[in-house]
Amino acid sequence: MKRLRLDQRHVPLAATLVVCVLLYVLTGLQYPSFFSPLVLADLFSDNARLDIAALGSTFVILSGGIDLSVASVMALATMFMATAVERFHLHPAIAIVLTLFVGCGVGYLNGALIHFFDLPPFLVTLATLFLARGCCFLISMSPVAAESPFFQSFGEAGLHLGTITLHLGTIVFAGVAIVCIYAAHLTRFGRTVYAMGGNEQAARLMGLAVGKTKVLVYVFGGLAAALAGIMAMANIPSGDPLNYLGQELDVIAAVVIGGTVLTGGVGYLAGTVLGVLILGIMQDFITFGNRDAAWTQITTGLLLFVFVAMQTVLGRWKPGQRQKLWTRRTSTQSIGITS
Amino acid sequence: MRSESIKSPLLQLQKVRKIFPGVLALDDVDFSARRGEIHAIMGENGAGKSTLIKVLTGAYPRDGGRMMLDGAEIAPRSPQEAQRLGISTVYQEVNLIPSLSVAENIFLGRQPTRWGRIDWRQIRRRAQAALERLDLSIDVGRQLSSYSIAIQQMVAIARAIDISARLLILDEPTSSLDANEVQRLFAVMRKLRDEGMAIIFVSHFLDQIYAITDRITVLRNGRLIGEYPTSQLSRQDLIARMMGRELADLDVQLQQEESGQRDSHQSISMRDIIGRGIIPSPGTRGEGHGGGFLSTPNQSSAPSPALPRSTGGGSEMPSPILRARSLGRSGSIQPFDLEIGAGEVIGLAGLLGSGRSEMARLLFGIDVADSGDIEIGGRKRVFRQPRQAIALGLAFCPEDRKTSGIIPELSIRENIVLALQARGGLFKSLSRARQDEIASGYIKALGIATPSAEQSIGNLSGGNQQKAILARWLAADPRLLILDEPTRGIDVGAKAEIQKLVLSLCRQGTAIVFISSELEEVVRVSDRVLVLRDRALVGQLRGAAISEQAIMQTIAQERPAEVAR
Ligand SMILES: Nc1ncnc2c1ncn2[C@@H]1O[C@H](COP(=O)(O)OP(=O)(O)OP(=O)(O)O)[C@@H](O)[C@H]1O
Ligand SMILES: [Mg+2]
Repeated sequence: MKRLRLDQRHVPLAATLVVCVLLYVLTGLQYPSFFSPLVLADLFSDNARLDIAALGSTFVILSGGIDLSVASVMALATMFMATAVERFHLHPAIAIVLTLFVGCGVGYLNGALIHFFDLPPFLVTLATLFLARGCCFLISMSPVAAESPFFQSFGEAGLHLGTITLHLGTIVFAGVAIVCIYAAHLTRFGRTVYAMGGNEQAARLMGLAVGKTKVLVYVFGGLAAALAGIMAMANIPSGDPLNYLGQELDVIAAVVIGGTVLTGGVGYLAGTVLGVLILGIMQDFITFGNRDAAWTQITTGLLLFVFVAMQTVLGRWKPGQRQKLWTRRTSTQSIGITS
Repeated sequence: MRSESIKSPLLQLQKVRKIFPGVLALDDVDFSARRGEIHAIMGENGAGKSTLIKVLTGAYPRDGGRMMLDGAEIAPRSPQEAQRLGISTVYQEVNLIPSLSVAENIFLGRQPTRWGRIDWRQIRRRAQAALERLDLSIDVGRQLSSYSIAIQQMVAIARAIDISARLLILDEPTSSLDANEVQRLFAVMRKLRDEGMAIIFVSHFLDQIYAITDRITVLRNGRLIGEYPTSQLSRQDLIARMMGRELADLDVQLQQEESGQRDSHQSISMRDIIGRGIIPSPGTRGEGHGGGFLSTPNQSSAPSPALPRSTGGGSEMPSPILRARSLGRSGSIQPFDLEIGAGEVIGLAGLLGSGRSEMARLLFGIDVADSGDIEIGGRKRVFRQPRQAIALGLAFCPEDRKTSGIIPELSIRENIVLALQARGGLFKSLSRARQDEIASGYIKALGIATPSAEQSIGNLSGGNQQKAILARWLAADPRLLILDEPTRGIDVGAKAEIQKLVLSLCRQGTAIVFISSELEEVVRVSDRVLVLRDRALVGQLRGAAISEQAIMQTIAQERPAEVAR
């Protein structure tokens, strides 16, 4: 009775998974050390930052919007956190909470402008991109090193399983991923996000809380970006106003490669995780082989081409039209005509 | 049957006012709906029916007036609030999320939860049950967009009915449904009414109005004309009140126009028009025959049901402008042969899923044929894209105007001249004066209700958008025009105008393929009717042989069991 039929909506996700596994196996065959669990653990912890930010952005994109301010907010988070701890000697825990608030604040600004004034997300978040970056420079024109012992332990913290260490970044990322996937598929908030992205006007007429959800989505995007910035402090304990320049595009690339459609309404959070992994593996492949960094950009570009083309093709493809859908109880007189 | 005592007013609107830039859409309208009644709102395209509904549900803010539900004043600021107050609505266009599953669409915003998480299993089960109330059994896990518009409309209805509301509003819910589906909907509506629900129903099908409603409120130009018990308002009076003219005036006027334009021995009176399909007779929509004063049986009114035209006797074949030989596509439509001559109107008739739209899509190159070929102008053509068909003078006005028709941001003028301009190529432009002339010509001819041609088309009422789309293709002056459900959601008067325009186009030599779910309409305009069944062409009727009866017989023959089941 149970048919094993690949739903049209799952095809992009499946394709991403296939590409990810293929890439992993190929890289491993080329550089056998790549298969070691240590490298795998590193792959996750190195990309935790991008992953967390991209998960936040996935909601934004699913809702039919876009967030260009991600990377600036990440940089702002590192600056804010480093300064708070180094200069103002705040307890790191308090600094973390405050930083998260800053992220939410920028997100709220985005969401409120977009919702209440009905402005296009692209322009609003482009403005906050500059605003947040400007604030970084306002805090300090040069990098702020965070030499507190807290950051030391921050970087070393993790779950030790035999030889492998699950870094704090990985654990936080896993937690965020689980929360996101849960929220997307099992809460009304998540379903409203999908509905809005599918057709905002219809979602509104269906009585969904479109406005509230829209603001929330951007707040969550900002929060995730701030959290990503904080987690990055575990790797490099310093704030730099020039950090992550242009990385909002990496985030968008990861989301798209993960199978989320840029116009919204279709996509999966798990796909984004895979998208980030694909970019990460590619990066590793290039560093392992000591290849030119130019190749990272070129392959990202090529991958994007492939995925966008695939999405377009799949979007046009309709599963073989099967009819006979009706339990028809017709009288000879009734002549229902519809094609 | 029903006790009169439960019929107390549930909803009362007083002096509701709504102003759009340049349009007074609602001019101090009073309205009331009682428990246990089905209340129709009637009016021409643009009369303000949908606006009244949207103001009532908070989708539009209102500019004045009071609204009372169950004695308490209400002021919903969003459809969400209205829903919470117990008002459940199906809006005029199918307003669901195409990218989500059918089940999810039925439960969006009110998903059952278990321990705080959405209970998908329950959603599927209950969605299935909600659709079964309408006798519809489909895979609720599939994406909504994979189903036809008719099914999408049924899903929207199922959603609205499932929200156990005090007030149910249905704005043209039946525009794409066939007779069976309408009957199923009516059965459910009657049951809900008898349980004490108040139902507001909007439709342009008079038969449906008379079959199901208890009371009618008539609007014209945003003004309340009156409220009448359905049983005490004749069709004639209803139409007169909607149009603001006495039927007799209209009769005379139409006759004058007819005799002026056509060397016809058979001038058409309003009564004929109503009997012959501009207003559907009870044969196809609504309940059984007879009853209505204007439901002249179709067969008696015309010796030759197709309108006489100067294209000749109909027997000799004009030179074909398109010839299809064993054209087909597996899974879509079986190979068929077809010849279409200049100035010929070909009607396509068939049951649900019989392949009418599929045939059109194949001819126009939206779907690529996998067998046979098309010959145009004596040369074989293979269409892989509609663009190729357009270049050869074909045009297609699709069924689904919302997704493949209007460009909402552009003005009415721009939408109308779009096809004409596209034919001129990228760099040749139509002079503004000419554009204005064309646009205002069609706005007048089709009675598009708008303050100006520069209004963006997205702001028009549903029926008026349909008229504008139609105008686009009529203006494009193609060699072959395919019209898929051109009169859906269009009011009584405009239907006659559209049919007239179609006929005048083909008098100029345009061939037309006419698809409509209203058989009378097909019978009325067609020179030839192709009958489809089970995705195959099963018969053809010509000239005097065309009648509703004959079409039904052709569909039914060899397969009586299927139809009668
Ligand atoms: N968003 C809008 N902006 C401007 N004008 C509008 C808007 N919506 C409707 N109108 C105008 O208000 C009038 C009433 O439109 P409405 O949609 O209520 O008509 P309707 O009675 O539902 O017609 P139909 O039978 O075609 O659905 C029309 O003249 C229309 O052009
Ligand atoms: Mg309407």
